[in-house]
Amino acid sequence: MPIREWVSSAVDAVRDSLAPLFDGFAAGVEAAIGAMLTVLQLVPAPGVILAFAALATGLAGWRVGLFALAGLALVHNVGLWQPFVQTLSLVLAAQALILVVGVPLGVLAARSDAVERVLRPVLDFMQTMPAFVYLIPAVMFFGIGVVPGVVATFVFAIPPLVRLVSLGIRQVPADLIEAAEAFGSTSWQRLVKVEVPVARPSIMAGVNQSIMLNLSMVVIAGMIGARGLGAEVLRGIQRLNVGQGFEAGLAVVVLAIVLDRVTASVGRRRTRDA
Amino acid sequence: MNISHPPDASSPDHSGKPPKIAVRGLYKVFGPDPGRAVAALERGATKAEVQARYGNAVGVADVNLDVAAGQTFVLMGLSGSGKSTLLRLLNRLHEPTRGSVVVDGVDITKLSRRELLEVRRRKFSGMVFQQFAVLPHRDVLENVAYGLEVQGVPRDARRERAMQAIELVGLAGWERSYPHQLSGGMQQRVGLARALAVDADILLMDEAFSALDPLIRREMQDELSELQARMRKTVVFVTHDLDEALRLGDRVAIMKDARVVQVGTPEELITAPADDYVAAFVEGVDKTGVLTAGSIMQPVKEVARLSDGPQTALNRMRRSGLSGILVVDGERRIRGYVTSERIVSALREGSVGSERIHGDLMEPAPTVSVDTPLHEVIAIASEGSRPIAVVDASGRLRGVVVKGAILAALARPAREATGAEVSGGAPLRTVDVRPSLGAGGA
Repeated sequence: MPIREWVSSAVDAVRDSLAPLFDGFAAGVEAAIGAMLTVLQLVPAPGVILAFAALATGLAGWRVGLFALAGLALVHNVGLWQPFVQTLSLVLAAQALILVVGVPLGVLAARSDAVERVLRPVLDFMQTMPAFVYLIPAVMFFGIGVVPGVVATFVFAIPPLVRLVSLGIRQVPADLIEAAEAFGSTSWQRLVKVEVPVARPSIMAGVNQSIMLNLSMVVIAGMIGARGLGAEVLRGIQRLNVGQGFEAGLAVVVLAIVLDRVTASVGRRRTRDA
Repeated sequence: MNISHPPDASSPDHSGKPPKIAVRGLYKVFGPDPGRAVAALERGATKAEVQARYGNAVGVADVNLDVAAGQTFVLMGLSGSGKSTLLRLLNRLHEPTRGSVVVDGVDITKLSRRELLEVRRRKFSGMVFQQFAVLPHRDVLENVAYGLEVQGVPRDARRERAMQAIELVGLAGWERSYPHQLSGGMQQRVGLARALAVDADILLMDEAFSALDPLIRREMQDELSELQARMRKTVVFVTHDLDEALRLGDRVAIMKDARVVQVGTPEELITAPADDYVAAFVEGVDKTGVLTAGSIMQPVKEVARLSDGPQTALNRMRRSGLSGILVVDGERRIRGYVTSERIVSALREGSVGSERIHGDLMEPAPTVSVDTPLHEVIAIASEGSRPIAVVDASGRLRGVVVKGAILAALARPAREATGAEVSGGAPLRTVDVRPSLGAGGA
């Protein structure tokens, strides 16, 4: 079976025929990340750190807030603030894309068995195919830089979100759905007033999972030219400078823990009986 | 399409007004290719036969019902009899396979989705569920306001109406609590308030009190009756509990294997069950709250008239072998009761002439109306040995209840109950299969 030839020629054909579309997409993502980065760099580092800590306190309690404060201060102290902010904007941009596509897709999969049946193998494929395999076509489509990193992250991190949104909505008790229907809710009202709030723990677990996978792609994104903590880790490895690699890796861990605790606690709120 | 049965024969509403809800030839068959299953059901196949032959589950088969406005209509049956499915066909939570559901003259089976939403909002007060179905992420006030919220009622107005409903069900002070902080009974009050807040004509209740403790259940039943006496909504209430059905229902439909086997007032079901199934069902029920004086009274053999002389009254008693007799006026209104003993002693003393029975001879006659429940009749009967006169709404004598008739009514199986003629009933047979009442949920 000439799978190799098929895929290669398909990728070439897609690149050639859809080039303007890919260029436009790349420009859009780059502009969004650039804008986010500008804002994060405009505010002095202590301001960003305090805002981050305050947000974490509000959403997840003072312990997480304190951890965020100490962790980000450490990152700043070891001189990794600039790559940290670059990584943060990459992660947030990828996550925004994941949420905007993943949540509606999960809702569709919950509403329709046909959509669920089609999506399941596609999601399995996306999640298990080694990331480097689609990193290469991503670079061919979007060039070197931050955009193929976002796309590769998107492909890798979206499956658990879609699955958990679908699962959560399918698990909303039937009598709550019937109650929504009996009172004359439109299907949009049923979704936003009943299904999504009741499925929130599951949806937030999906958000949490996708953020964690998103962060795990940071180093890989660094390999194709996205600047940030990933690039710092790679530089440390290339120079056999273990200490430098460790510092950058630690900064990724700090970001991961803060985001994990915050999203997990948003999922738990007000759902003690659910 | 209504082939095997005429529409609900015993008309619920003698005023001639059209019914609030009219169900005609309604079928609900689940699963693929329901058409052949419906055809088989039309030919008289049972639910089990259809399941075995085609694999389709039958929810409801050939149901015809009229629910009058302001009535509490109970759908009664055991688990799997189709009662909850039938309830959900009334607001099209289930799509009917065949047949029509006409609400206020509109066949809702023909409406578009948008029109259906409008009917659910304007005609139905949502639904009250067995497991309450309150939203866990909303407090009591937000839960109760849900129906108004989806209708787009402005925030302040819906809060005000929700608060009124909360007060109506006795939850004032709890409006900021979350469902997990409330007991089952209180959660169901939230469910009820949510329906009442909408204030539409029709209230659908699915085993609404079945998940509650017996005492709370009784309390909720009483409160529903009380609310219903004030609001006169059209309530369709599903239950598997016969006592509940008889206590709440103005009319009760008994379902078995997806079909309605009998529709009638609680009294009709007890005094004239349509078949052995219903008879077995009603056998163990507490009849004293359902049977009335009218259903156990006997015809009056003889009365004395106010214009009769004492001797004539005495003669009337002797002729029918009575020791006492009711005295009525020209319009058959009860004036009192005289005993032969009293007349004889008065005649002996010479204290009465021969002209008329006058007041001194008579004692007051205990009187009940035809619709006085049996337990009240029993209370009166226990106070003395005189027969109890039964009068109609205009005070005319209709019959008489003696102690023996009360005992007989309580002792006899339903089908034989005194005073009610079973028209066209099958000969009495021994019923050996009894439905287990109160077992399991819907």
